[in-house]
Amino acid sequence: MIKKAYTILAPEGMHARPATAMVKLARQFKAVMFLKNGEKTSRLNSLIGILSMGIKGGETIELEIEGVDEGDAVAAFDVFFANHLKDW
Amino acid sequence: MKGIGVSQGIAIGRAWVMRPKRGHASGQVLNDLAAVEREIEIYRVAVSEAVTTLEAMMARAVKAEAEILGIQVELLLDPQMEEEVTGMIREDRVAARDAILKVTEQLMQVFINMKDEYMRARAADIQDVGNRVVRVLDGEDVAMQMEEGEWIVVAEDLSPSETVGLDAERVCGFVTQAGGVTSHAAIVARLRGLPAVAACSGVLGAVADRDIVVLDGVSGEVLINPSIGELQVYRKKQKAFAERLRVLEQLRDRSAVTTDGVRIQLLANIATAEDMEQALEQGAEGVGLLRTELLFMDRDSLPSEEEQVEFYKRVLLRSNGLPVTIRTLDIGGDKPLPYLGLAEEANPFLGYRAIRICLDRVDIFMTQLRAILRASVFGKSRVMFPMIGSLDELVRAKAVLAEVQRELRAAGIAFDEEIPVGIMIEVPSAALTADLLAPECDFFSIGTNDLTQYVLAVDRMNVKIAALYDSYHPAVLRLVLEVIEQGLRQGIPVGMCGELAGDPRATELLLGMGLRQFSMSANSIPVVKEVILRSKAI
Repeated sequence: MIKKAYTILAPEGMHARPATAMVKLARQFKAVMFLKNGEKTSRLNSLIGILSMGIKGGETIELEIEGVDEGDAVAAFDVFFANHLKDW
Repeated sequence: MKGIGVSQGIAIGRAWVMRPKRGHASGQVLNDLAAVEREIEIYRVAVSEAVTTLEAMMARAVKAEAEILGIQVELLLDPQMEEEVTGMIREDRVAARDAILKVTEQLMQVFINMKDEYMRARAADIQDVGNRVVRVLDGEDVAMQMEEGEWIVVAEDLSPSETVGLDAERVCGFVTQAGGVTSHAAIVARLRGLPAVAACSGVLGAVADRDIVVLDGVSGEVLINPSIGELQVYRKKQKAFAERLRVLEQLRDRSAVTTDGVRIQLLANIATAEDMEQALEQGAEGVGLLRTELLFMDRDSLPSEEEQVEFYKRVLLRSNGLPVTIRTLDIGGDKPLPYLGLAEEANPFLGYRAIRICLDRVDIFMTQLRAILRASVFGKSRVMFPMIGSLDELVRAKAVLAEVQRELRAAGIAFDEEIPVGIMIEVPSAALTADLLAPECDFFSIGTNDLTQYVLAVDRMNVKIAALYDSYHPAVLRLVLEVIEQGLRQGIPVGMCGELAGDPRATELLLGMGLRQFSMSANSIPVVKEVILRSKAI
């Protein structure tokens, strides 16, 4: 299992559009993924789950990824959080 | 009939009426396991059918619309939704349709209870998705196959997917009974350049399918089965409008420079973050007036500092670094806020309002100023006090601001230390003492709407004397000139944010008086720019 923390760069936080993109990205991997923000946890395959966490800009979230392709998945999320989420 | 014009243009077409359908639970109880499995299968098929429809719509939609639909597809595919619906069918032995209605409602509650306004609004997306599946189960055609022709959609209000899902080729306008400038129908209408009228009360009762409907997206006028004569008038108007639009569109990216080379700043008056986008589309170079009243209206308690920060921040983030002038609370007996317990007054316009309330209820004022300052790091903002009538009031308002700045500094909270502070000139006493006020502020903005009513002693809400309300009265114009000249003399910029600023008939006159900053509703910008491009400034 890999755990990795990311800071949400989008000032508006985890809005529906980036959250949708994240769910779509997660679906491309076999690994099981969880998103943690403080006390709250959601599976990364649930848009409703992610949105209802109310993640704000500047907050740090943690991903937990476990599965055969977890290395690839983390690399993909590195790119996603570094670039993608900034532009929304 | 009349509503509010929310997207300009004239549309003539036949009515495509969408009457609201309420999803009621049937209360049916499933009596064996086979029935349970059948309902689960029914649910899965309905979801996949809804997804297929949405994906087909996405393929036809423009990018912004496709994104909205993409979010809905994800919601439909959400495993949490599926788990809860199938779980409920199994455990409570209810039909698929009932389970969907119930789960949707529960999920909506989760979002309605959230603090963030954006997240609260996501409840509508959940509802939309739930309704979509229910409509598939009810055997209704979700994609709404429209026959060929020009249709005007008439509805109570439209959800995002309903609006986006309408056949773009065949819809030529929208009329909604509810809604307003910021409803989905209005936003999509403007996006597609289709005329739309909102808040047209009673329209659903008055119209039948296929009636001929004419709508004017500027005046808000809606005609049902008009006479041949009326039709001809509107066809002419429609043609003239299209021609005019073509001319104005070419001006969008041009700077407003007079024939003698003077650069004029055209700004927008806005009230929401969505307005900001429209303002930029029309070529605004910033915001000359951000009204903050909406934040305080239609609720039962004062907005918290956090809520206010969120709002200002949202506007600033969309402003592309252009200046945004935030006017502090401008409210009084005419727009009462029940939770403030303001007494009804005989003369609300001469009464306890705007800065007068703020200097009395310093708690409200300080919260707003704190929020404005905290948000100031997200863009280029300016603070503007409304209804200043004397130097004393300005000095006191500035003292409160200074106090808030000290607090923030002490707490180590970042804000724009250089934030410009200006005032509205809308009370005659302020206009007449502009020379005394100028040294104490960074800019003036002339509010001609109130200035006119105060100078002429004409209540602008009183329809009986509406004809006396005239911003071109020499008394008003003399004061305007006086304020502009005092600003020039004392070296502070003077803008105007009243109706007069957006009136193309006044543009040359105001240029001649030395006005260089005009702030108006976004739609007026191209028209005023057109006049500026062919006028001299000096």
